[in-house]
Amino acid sequence: MSTTTEIETRERLAPGPASSAMIWEYAPSLESTDHVKIAPRYNLFIGGKFVEPHSKKWFDTINPATEERLAEVAEADAEDVDRAVREARRAYEKVWRKLAPSERAKYIYRIARLIQEKSRALAVVESMDGGKPIKESRDIDIPLSAAHFFYYAGWADKLEYAFPNRNVSPVGVAGQVIPWNFPLLMAAWKLAPALATGNTIVLKPAETTPLTAMLLAEIIQEADLPPGVVNIITGAGATGGALVSHDDVDKIAFTGSTEVGKRIQRAIAGTKKRLTLELGGKAPNIVFEDAPLDQAVEGIINGIYFNQGHVCCAGSRLFVQESVVEPVIRKLRERIGTLRVGNPLDKNTDVGAINSRAQLEKIQELVDSGIEEGAEMVQTPCRLPSRGFWFAPTFFTGVSQSYRIAQEEIFGPVLSVLTFRTPEEAIEKANNTPYGLSAGVWTEKGSRILKMAQKLRAGVIWANTYNKFDPASPFGGFKESGFGREGGMHGLGPYVVLS
Amino acid sequence: MSESLVTHSPGGYAPALFRRSIADALEMDHGVDAVAAEERAASLAKRSLKKDAKVWGLKLAISMIDLTTLEGKDTPGKVHALCQKAMRPEPLDPEVPHVAAVCVYPTMVPFVKQALKGSAVSVAAVATGFPSGQTFTDIKVQETRATVAAGADEIDMVIDRGAFLSGNYQKVFDEIAEVKEACGPAHLKVILETGELANYDQVRRASLIAMYAGADFIKTSTGKAPTNATLPVTLVMLEAIRDFYHATGKKIGMKPAGGISNAKLALSYLVVLYETLGSDWMTPDLFRIGASTLLNDILMQLKKERTGAYQSADYFTID
Repeated sequence: MSTTTEIETRERLAPGPASSAMIWEYAPSLESTDHVKIAPRYNLFIGGKFVEPHSKKWFDTINPATEERLAEVAEADAEDVDRAVREARRAYEKVWRKLAPSERAKYIYRIARLIQEKSRALAVVESMDGGKPIKESRDIDIPLSAAHFFYYAGWADKLEYAFPNRNVSPVGVAGQVIPWNFPLLMAAWKLAPALATGNTIVLKPAETTPLTAMLLAEIIQEADLPPGVVNIITGAGATGGALVSHDDVDKIAFTGSTEVGKRIQRAIAGTKKRLTLELGGKAPNIVFEDAPLDQAVEGIINGIYFNQGHVCCAGSRLFVQESVVEPVIRKLRERIGTLRVGNPLDKNTDVGAINSRAQLEKIQELVDSGIEEGAEMVQTPCRLPSRGFWFAPTFFTGVSQSYRIAQEEIFGPVLSVLTFRTPEEAIEKANNTPYGLSAGVWTEKGSRILKMAQKLRAGVIWANTYNKFDPASPFGGFKESGFGREGGMHGLGPYVVLS
Repeated sequence: MSESLVTHSPGGYAPALFRRSIADALEMDHGVDAVAAEERAASLAKRSLKKDAKVWGLKLAISMIDLTTLEGKDTPGKVHALCQKAMRPEPLDPEVPHVAAVCVYPTMVPFVKQALKGSAVSVAAVATGFPSGQTFTDIKVQETRATVAAGADEIDMVIDRGAFLSGNYQKVFDEIAEVKEACGPAHLKVILETGELANYDQVRRASLIAMYAGADFIKTSTGKAPTNATLPVTLVMLEAIRDFYHATGKKIGMKPAGGISNAKLALSYLVVLYETLGSDWMTPDLFRIGASTLLNDILMQLKKERTGAYQSADYFTID
């Protein structure tokens, strides 16, 4: 962490006249953890039971805010993957594909309700294992996870209306590999549509955030889902690799980095396997001069600092029309100064811990490159805890399109501010990236919103808002941000065979 | 959090150079997105204040209250009782501060002045054809002069919503400027009656017009309209105050009024203030809460923090 810059930032932010009023220190308001039970060890969830891994290996999962060990989880090897896929195949052929769709729906509704019932514990564990602020896991991750199961449960017996005049059947066994930024929510995005359409699943959560997936396994057990319909195996890249290349998997769904996505696509080339990829992004957030500026600034902040910027659709490139650069930067500078960085379990925390040491190093490396290339850095003036992985919310001004921080996905709380003069220039610069997952447009002019939405090459476009998600709304990318859609009616498509 | 949220404007405020024109106000008049503004206010309302932070906030809130009675049935006796409460809200606890002001109708001003003698509590009065503002400008000016002459330290005026909604911003501007002049040394709070302004765009526009016309404070409501102060309206007005400060170097105060009846809500207003304008504005000089029943709820909360138990309402005086 560059301390000198932090101190400089503090001076820049607080030069106001000496004030007689004191600083209002919000006392810690910690979400209690005593109601949460985390087992010392989690095994693999295969065939409806928790089983020891063939590998006889377990690895630690830590709290990134404290670096303390939370539990150890099993490391699945190729043999374990094979066992899970066999169970999934058996459950598919013997039970799940034959079950009446309305019966499938009942199980999925039950999972949704159990997530709601256990939402408090799930939120706490999500924040402990992943570092995200409790207010986000409590208000966004967990409720949205339940909402996805509810939404797709509703589709299970209505598939002929989603695909009129077609025969709809499931694909078979799906191998799903999910990332660490929204652990439970990504599991929900993947599992719910696959289950609703009659597929069985082997799911691999990310190695740094496996705990809520294991709690979900317990929920699935409690919901009495037929054994083998959902199998959850933990492990790192090798486990994912074994799942992806397993011969008896019919469909792969992956959310994660573009680099790994490309590797998966190469690995399954020439096989029968279907594939959907939801990969990286470098989303433009475009502010026009007639925008509602104060709300645009909120949208910029939410767009990049939500979940520490560990968001594939994060608005990491801000494009500001040159006529309003001065007020927008000033407001941004003031607003970033109010962000509360710290203990993820504090209800007043806005920005929590970076998910892992590796991610922190990657962020630092790219931020260093930004400084080296000549961009000016502004950070939240805050004292970061000495233990754990932390990065102060940061934005760069004076960024050129050619800088690495304007080109590469940082996946951290770092924003690059660029400028433009005309709408055409905004579109050209916004599209000038290998990615195309999402974009934001801020203007009071309705016709301009529609025009921008037509021209921007991105799967999701938000107008006068950012990072809004809903199970009924499809999500997915253009170009190197991947293909296939998750959410909404579109999200059913990858999991059905139409004839 | 940094001590001051607002970065300092170069040059600062030079009154002589301060252009008083409606054009300045309308120049800064960009739109407000309702969904996003409401979302931001709602997220700030979720701040969780405990222990010392809560007690500090509650005491500050008391010191910012304009203890108000605005009824046709107000009498010297009634306002006298209110003034006693204003000066010593909790006689048994010297740590509890007095309120900022007592706010009454003009005819009650002499009695309030008398009752508050020797205390630091200010005398505030509504004027200018409160609450509708539907009277002649010269009568408004005359009423303001008479009320100040009777002893008011602060005047709460209402804008002419009829003129505003029909687009006659110049009339609104001129009237505020005239009343400001009539106030002399008294502070002027300009009530926008946001519940009648239809949307946040209009709230922002009215805020800017009032500030450029000479308001010392801008205030949400009379308390007589169906919708009074809300958190998002207050947020939008505070953001206008921030923009005005950056343009002129002048700090304008804010007064939400009406409907702020419990301690938790009062703390939410303070959070919105703190996280929008910073600690510079965390003073009764720049923030007031217009309320009649809020005080007892805060006293009840303070006692709960001190003793660990809620006391019956019978232990708090009704004034």
